[in-house]
Amino acid sequence: MTRLTRDQLLNHIRASVPEVTPAQVAEWRQQGREPVVIDIRERDEWIQGHVPDAWHLSRSFLELQIEQVEPDRDAEIVLYCAGGVRSLLAARNLQEMGYEQVYSMIGGFGGWKSAGLEVNVPRFLSPMQRERYDRHIILPGVGEAGQIALLDSKVLLIGAGGLGSPAALYLAAAGVGTIGIIDFDKVDRTNLQRQILHGEATIGQAKVESARQRINDLNPEIKVIGHDCPLTSANALDILRGYDVVLNGSDNFPTRYLVNDACHLLRIPLVDASIFMFEGQVTVYQRRDRARGVEGGPCYRCLYPDPPPPGEVPSCAEAGVFGVLPGIIGSIQAVEAIKLILGLGAPLVGRMLLYDAQDQSFRTLSIRRNPACPLCGDHPTLTELIDYEQFCGMPAHE
Amino acid sequence: MSTIYIPTPLRRLTIGQSKVTLEGESVGAILTALDAAYPGIGERLFDEQGQVKPFINVFVNEDDMRTLQGLDTPVHPSDRISIVPAMAGGGQ
Repeated sequence: MTRLTRDQLLNHIRASVPEVTPAQVAEWRQQGREPVVIDIRERDEWIQGHVPDAWHLSRSFLELQIEQVEPDRDAEIVLYCAGGVRSLLAARNLQEMGYEQVYSMIGGFGGWKSAGLEVNVPRFLSPMQRERYDRHIILPGVGEAGQIALLDSKVLLIGAGGLGSPAALYLAAAGVGTIGIIDFDKVDRTNLQRQILHGEATIGQAKVESARQRINDLNPEIKVIGHDCPLTSANALDILRGYDVVLNGSDNFPTRYLVNDACHLLRIPLVDASIFMFEGQVTVYQRRDRARGVEGGPCYRCLYPDPPPPGEVPSCAEAGVFGVLPGIIGSIQAVEAIKLILGLGAPLVGRMLLYDAQDQSFRTLSIRRNPACPLCGDHPTLTELIDYEQFCGMPAHE
Repeated sequence: MSTIYIPTPLRRLTIGQSKVTLEGESVGAILTALDAAYPGIGERLFDEQGQVKPFINVFVNEDDMRTLQGLDTPVHPSDRISIVPAMAGGGQ
């Protein structure tokens, strides 16, 4: 058997494993040539920072797990470690497994940093967060990255009433980091039959304040942004801008058209729902965005081009509402918001879910974009917010 | 007989029934038969030109009749017709 020193071994391997500089790897990526970049350091090194879009497979698991990352033996693979030695040794093993185009990155992550190239410092959950969100973290489709995405997300609730209450509680429990609430109402005893965000102790308080207390009791790390004012054409774009998802729980038609139009203009997905007595409707209005791979669907105006005349449709205050109903529908809204944030499953885009508490039935109808829609049709005529009270012939607020 | 799902706001006119069964060969014929059986519903569904009001959608099975042949859409006995009006309530 040949006896080699460390340097002799490395020189021997260098004869068969090609090496690339960090600058070359960066240049390949710029040119659209996308090698699979794998960081083979240990986890404690990886979390200090790594090459953006690299995979992490520590050297001790590399051969065992490489096929889960890249089974194709003809794929270009770049391995890197801290200084370029461990990756050279590891590359030889991949060659033995039949990988034909394995490179070792000269200088490793140190070389990458010295070359002044972009570094990604991943975020990790604190021990307390890992405990709180444990059941999410172990769930396929969420995981630690998904939980971090939830903590970074911002959801706006239109109304902290029947629909907004369960939605706010579940979003807060799920760790949606920023919850905005717009509502200028005060808590009233008649609310408590269904609005589970509020309680006897907060009667008379502003709903946004009552909501803030309850949300932060459930989850203190949630940032609650309260807007204790009516939503109007003058303030809607400023308030909605920057949110990832909007949940509609408003109680009148002018606000529904306003929120629909503002979300469309700002390209924010809208989880829309409404309830009446024992029945609820829920759907997601999302604008087509081919660049981001969003197929999209109809908007509120595609379904309901004109509002009913004043007085034709009674309100919950006039007709009553079954108290648990908003609990079901608002929770479904929370499900849809979280799915949108995580890119999980199939959103309720282009489908309307109907729920009837009396029949205990769910039905799904197919809804389509109307090419003649003035907002999202082929030739839109609505390109800015309008006077919605005039459009609906009724006030949005008492 | 086709099944017609009645939305809550109109159930006052169907004596509380959430679904009724009626015969008809098109959506228009079914809705006309519905009005004949439960007078007053037609006034709530149709505008003065006899079109379904713009804040009400009618579905044949899962599809909006406006994406089919409107009121002329043929209806088979096993079909389900859903009347879905705009609702504004948020539980306030």
